Amino acid sequence: MTLKALFAASATATLLLALPANAAELTVGFSQIGSESGWRAAETSVSKQEATKRKVNLKIADAQQKQENQIKAIRSFIAQNVDAIFLAPVVSTGWDSVLKEAKEAKIPVVLLDRDIDPSGKDLYLTAVTSDSVHEGAVAGDWLAKTVGDKACNIVELQGTVGASVAANRKKGFDTAIAKHANLKVVRSQTGDFTRAKGKEVMESFIKAEGGGKNICAVYAHNDDMMVGAIQAMKEAGLKPGKDILTVSIDAVPDIFKAMVAGEANATVELTPNMAGPAFDAVAAFKEKGTVPPKWIQTESKLLTAADDPQKVYDSKKGLGY
Amino acid sequence: MTELLPRRGLAQILALIVILAVDRVVSPQFFDLRLQDGRLFGSLIDVLNRGTPVALLSLGMVLVIATRGIDLSVGAVMAICGAIAASLADSHGLPVVLAAALGAGLICGLWNGFLVAVLGMQPIVATLILMVAGRGIAQLITEGRIVTFSSPDLVWLGNGAILGVPVPIAIALGMLILTGAVVRGSALGLLIEATGGNARASELAGVGTRAMILAVYVWCGVCAALAGVIAAADIMGADANNAGLWLELDAILAVVIGGTSLFGGRFSLVLAVLGALIIQTMNTGILLSGYPPEFNLLVKAVVVLAVLLLQSPKLSGFAGIMVRLRRTKP
Repeated sequence: MTLKALFAASATATLLLALPANAAELTVGFSQIGSESGWRAAETSVSKQEATKRKVNLKIADAQQKQENQIKAIRSFIAQNVDAIFLAPVVSTGWDSVLKEAKEAKIPVVLLDRDIDPSGKDLYLTAVTSDSVHEGAVAGDWLAKTVGDKACNIVELQGTVGASVAANRKKGFDTAIAKHANLKVVRSQTGDFTRAKGKEVMESFIKAEGGGKNICAVYAHNDDMMVGAIQAMKEAGLKPGKDILTVSIDAVPDIFKAMVAGEANATVELTPNMAGPAFDAVAAFKEKGTVPPKWIQTESKLLTAADDPQKVYDSKKGLGY
Repeated sequence: MTELLPRRGLAQILALIVILAVDRVVSPQFFDLRLQDGRLFGSLIDVLNRGTPVALLSLGMVLVIATRGIDLSVGAVMAICGAIAASLADSHGLPVVLAAALGAGLICGLWNGFLVAVLGMQPIVATLILMVAGRGIAQLITEGRIVTFSSPDLVWLGNGAILGVPVPIAIALGMLILTGAVVRGSALGLLIEATGGNARASELAGVGTRAMILAVYVWCGVCAALAGVIAAADIMGADANNAGLWLELDAILAVVIGGTSLFGGRFSLVLAVLGALIIQTMNTGILLSGYPPEFNLLVKAVVVLAVLLLQSPKLSGFAGIMVRLRRTKP
C-alpha cells in the first residue's frame, strides 16, 4: 500500500467518522417553565436565536408552570431520542425518576437558570445558572466604589419573602457593603418583585426618611421594583439617579430607558442567554467527550449609563421582556 | 349610652382611629401634608391612594356579597382590563381606552352573573373559573410582558390631581357616591338585601332576583375594571402576572370588616370602603414601621383578628355582661 493510498484511506475514515457529528445537526429538547415573567420570555427567544446561530434543531415545550407537564415533555423528548435535553426546572425536587430515564437512554440533561435538589447531582450533565449572591455583591461593590468615603444611607427593596433569589441577592449585597463602614442599609422591605409594590414601598421609605433627604441610594432586588421606585421618587419631587443613586439587578429593557433619561444609575445583568453556553457544553461533550464542570456560572455584568443604554435598550426590547 | 352612639359602624370607626394612632406613633410625620407638583403629598394621601383599588373592588363586592354571592374573579378582571387599557393607550384616545376596558369588565361581570343567576352555579365555583382563566387571558393580551405606555391622559388617571386631590381618590369617592345614590336612592338596595336574605321568598314576593344577581355581578365587573385601569395608570404599565393578584381576598376582607355578612342580606357601602381603608392604613403603617418584611402578614393577621373580634356579637355581649357585673358588684 502506497503512502498516498494510506493517506486517502485515513482521510475517508476521518470524514466518515466526522460526518454524523457535522451533517446530522444536534436536536435538543427544551422544557421551559412557561410565561412567568418577561425575563423568561426573553430567555426563550434568546435560546431560539442561539440555536439558529449554531444550526441546532431546538424543540421547546412550554410547561405552563407545572412540573407534571415538564416531566411529560422530558419523557416525550426521550421517546424522540433527542441528543440532549435542557430543563428549566419549575421546582427543585421530584426529578429523580424522570432524570434516571434520561440517563438510561444516554441523553445528557442540562439545567438552565435553576438548580435542582442536591440528591440528583449525578443525574445531569451540568447546570448553567447565574450566581445570585454574586449579583448582589456586584451591585454592592458598584455602590461602594461610586459613593467613595461619603456616608450613605441605603434603602433596600427586597424580592418576595422566602424566595431564594431574594435571600441570595440580599446576602451578596450585605457582604459587599459590610467592608465599608460608611454604607448602611437603613430600611429594607419587600416589594414582591413587582412595579406596583416597589412604588408603594418606596413612597413609604421617602416619607419615613425625611421626605427622601436621608436616603443616598436605593438597592432593588430587581429592575421592575426599581422602575416603580423611580416613579415614586419623581412624584415626591426628588431626582432619581442624581439626588438618590439607584442600583438594581436583571437588566430588563425599561431600566435602560430610565438610564437614558438619567433616572437610573446601574443594573447587574441576569443574562437571558443560558442556552448558548449549554449548547457549547453539549456539543463539546458529544464530539470530544469533554465532561463540563457541574456548574457553568453565567457572567453577572454591571451595566451603567456609560455603557450606551440606548443601544442596550434597542437590542433587548425585541426579546419579549 | 349605647342609644346615643350609632351601633353600626362604631367598631370600624374605632378600629380606624386606633390604627391611625398607632401609625402616628411609628411614624411621627404620618399626618404631615404638603403640596408637591400641585398634588397633595403625605402618608395619609398614600393610604387613600393605595387603598383605591381595594376600595373600588369592595364597592362591587359588597353588593355581590349582599345577594349571598361572592366574586373571586375581580383580581383577574383587574389584570384583563389593565392589559386592555395599556395596549390601547398609545394608539387611541382616553374615551376609547376607558370604553374598551370598562366594557371588558362589564362582559366579565355578565359572564359571572350568567353562570350564577341563569345557570344557577355556586358563586364561589362560577367566579373561580374566571379567576383562573382571566389571568391567562390577561397574559395573552400582554404576551407575558409588562406593556408600558406613555399616553399622558391615561397616566393622569393614575398620577394626576384634581384641586390637589389625586385622581384615583377622586374616582373612588365619585364611585362611592354614584353607587350609594343608585342603590340607596331607590329601592334597589332593599331588593338586593331581600335577594340575599331569602331569595325564594323575595322571588314569590315579586322581586326579580335573577336580574338583581346579574346586575350586581356586572357592577362588580365594572368596579374591578376601573380598579384595573387605575392600577395600570399608576405604574404606567400593565403587569398581567401581578396586577390585582390576591386583591379579591382583600376586597372580601374589606366587606367583612365593614360588617356585611357573607350570608347576604344587610350591607353597607360606606363601611365596606372604610374596611378597605382600615386594611390600607395598616399596610402603610407596616411599611413605615421599619419592621422586617417577614412580620408583614403576621401583623396584618393579628390586626384583622382584633377588628373582627370587636364586631363579634358574642364578644360584645360578653363585654356587656362584664360591665353589668362590675356595676352590680360593689
